[in-house]
Amino acid sequence: MGTSHLGTGASDGLFIGPVRRLGQAAADRQGTGHADTERAALQDAIASAIAGLTTLLARVEGEAQDILGFQVAMLEDDALSAPALSAIDSGTPAHDAWASALDSEIAGYEASDDEYFRARAADLRDIRDRVLRHLSGSGATSGTSGAVLVSEDIAPTTFLETDWSGGGAIALMRGSTTSHVAMLARARGIPMVVSLGELPQHVATLAVNGGSGTVLADPDDAQRAGFDAALASDAQARGLEEKFRLAPAMRRSGARIDILINVAGVEELDHIDPASCDGIGLMRSEFLFRDGAPLPDEETQYRAYRRFVEWAAGKPVTIRTLDIGGDKPVRGLTPDGEANPFLGLRGVRLTLAREDVFRTQLRALARAAVHGNLKVMVPMVTVPLELTRSAALFDACVAELRQQGIASQRPPLGIMVEVPAVAVLPELFDAAAFFSIGSNDLTQYVTASSRDDVRVASLNDPSHPAVTALISRVARFGQEAGIPVSLCGDMASEPKHLATLLDAGLTSLSVAPARIARLKAALAEL
Amino acid sequence: MSETVNGSVVIAHDVGLHARPSVKLTKLAKGFASTLEIAGTAEGPWIDAKSIVKVMAMKAKQHSTLFVRAAGADAQAAVDAVISLVHRDFDEAGDGH
Repeated sequence: MGTSHLGTGASDGLFIGPVRRLGQAAADRQGTGHADTERAALQDAIASAIAGLTTLLARVEGEAQDILGFQVAMLEDDALSAPALSAIDSGTPAHDAWASALDSEIAGYEASDDEYFRARAADLRDIRDRVLRHLSGSGATSGTSGAVLVSEDIAPTTFLETDWSGGGAIALMRGSTTSHVAMLARARGIPMVVSLGELPQHVATLAVNGGSGTVLADPDDAQRAGFDAALASDAQARGLEEKFRLAPAMRRSGARIDILINVAGVEELDHIDPASCDGIGLMRSEFLFRDGAPLPDEETQYRAYRRFVEWAAGKPVTIRTLDIGGDKPVRGLTPDGEANPFLGLRGVRLTLAREDVFRTQLRALARAAVHGNLKVMVPMVTVPLELTRSAALFDACVAELRQQGIASQRPPLGIMVEVPAVAVLPELFDAAAFFSIGSNDLTQYVTASSRDDVRVASLNDPSHPAVTALISRVARFGQEAGIPVSLCGDMASEPKHLATLLDAGLTSLSVAPARIARLKAALAEL
Repeated sequence: MSETVNGSVVIAHDVGLHARPSVKLTKLAKGFASTLEIAGTAEGPWIDAKSIVKVMAMKAKQHSTLFVRAAGADAQAAVDAVISLVHRDFDEAGDGH
C-alpha cells in the first residue's frame, strides 16, 4: 500500500503521474574521455541554455526579466566557462568540470556579507543546473510534460519553462502557498502541494490532491482505482463547467454579472483568454517589488502595466498601487520589527510615507493609461484624507508628465474597502471613483482573527453575518451614490459564497482565473 | 594613442553593483575598443569591465568608490561613459533612495 503524506494545498486539482525529481540534473551522464568532445559538449550545452533563456525572456517582465537577462549575460561571458574548459583539458569530464567551476563561484557569493549578493547564489545554482540538464540531454525541463515535479522548492523560471500541455503537478517538501510559483500554478490550474516535509527517496508515482493538500506515494491497485474515480468525476465536472468559460456570465434570470480576474504577474496572462472575462478587477503590483531585489524603475513598471492594459484590449484593468507591509514585507521599504504589522505601516499608509516610491508608480500608471482602459485603486484607505492626498499626488504626476511632453492620462482613482472604518461609513469616501471590497482583510479585521493562524481559522469566516452586513452596506451605498462596487477577495472565487454576494447586491466580482468557468457555471444556477 | 586614462566615481546605487547595474556596465564597456578595467581601490586588483562574471565578483556596494582605467584609442570616452553611467545611477531614476 502506498503511503499518504499531508502538506498544504497551494493549487486545487487532482493529478497522478511519474515523479520527476529536480536537482538531480546530470547524475546519469558519463564522460566520453575525449577532451575535445567534452569541450564541445559543454559549449553546446551553454549555447542551448542561452537559447532557451532568450526565448523565455521575451515572455516575462519586471524582476523575472532582470533575473533571466542577468543569467544570459553570465552564460555569454567566457570568464564563466574558462575554469571548466581548462579542467576539461586536463581530463575532467564536462559535467564535473562545469559543476565544480560553478560551485566555486557559488561559494564566493554565499560567503558575501551582503544579503543581496548572497541571494545571487540561487541564480548561479540555476545557471549551473540549467547547463547540466542540457549536458545530460534532458534539455531544459521540456521533457517533463505529464510529470509530478518533486523538489525542496522550485524557481519561477522552472515553472515557466516546464511544458504543462500534458498536465502535471508540483509536490514540494518546503515551499509556500504565497510564492510566485504557487500563484502561477493556480493561474494555470496545475495542482500543487507544499510543506510536505520529507518524502520517501524512491517514489516512482505520485497522486497529488491540491485541494486537500495530500499526496499518495506509489499507490497500490485499490488506491489507484479510487484516485482514478475521483479524477474522472472531477474531469466530468470540469468538462461541464468548461462550456461556460467563454460565455457571458449571467444568472438563471439572464441578469448579467461582471466576472473579472485577479492577477499578480504578466506571465499569468499567457494562458488566459481575454474573452473569458470582463477585464482585470485586481492586478497586484507587488509582483514588481520583490523582497531583496532593487526597486523597479518607472520604465520597468510602465512596460509591465502596459502589458496588462494591452492584453485586456479595451476591457477595464484595475491596478492596485503597492500593497506591502502586513504579511508582505519588502526590506528597505517596510519597517522592521513592527509589533503588529497588520495594523501598522502598510498599503497607502506606506506609499504616502514614501512619496518617492509612490510617485514613480503613479507616473508609470499614468503613462500606461494611454494604452487602454486603466483604473487605479489604493489599498488600506482608512480616512478620506488618504484618498485626497493620493489623488493630488496623481494629478501632480500627470501635470509633470505633460510638462515633460510624455504621453499620459489620469486614470479614475478608486479605493479598496478592507478597513472596517470605511465599510461602516462608505459615504465619507464618495470622492472615490469606485469601491473594491477586499474581503480577505475585511474579514480579518472585522473578526479580529488572522488568516495565517490555523488555531483561529474557523473564526476567519467571510460569511460571518457582520462581514456580509458590511458588504451589503457598501453595495447599497454604491448603488445610491452611483459609485461602482466590486469584490475582489478570495470569497468571490468560492461558489458557496456566490448567493450571499448576489443577495448583498453585488454585480461585479473579481476572481482567481482558474475559477472562471466554475463560477460562471454556478452563477447560471442562481 | 594607447595612453592610460584614469578616473573614479562613488556608487550611489541602493545595493551597489548588483545584477542589473552590472549588466548595464558590461554592455556599455563592450562598446569600446579600448581595454577597460575597474577596481575597488586605486591600487587594484584591476578587473575586466567587459566581464559580468568578474564585475559581479567584485561585489561593490553602495557608497564604495569605483576606480576606472582604460587604454586604447577611445580610452577617454570609455572612462567618461562609465563614470557618467554610475553618476546617472545606472539610469534607474525613481528607484526610491
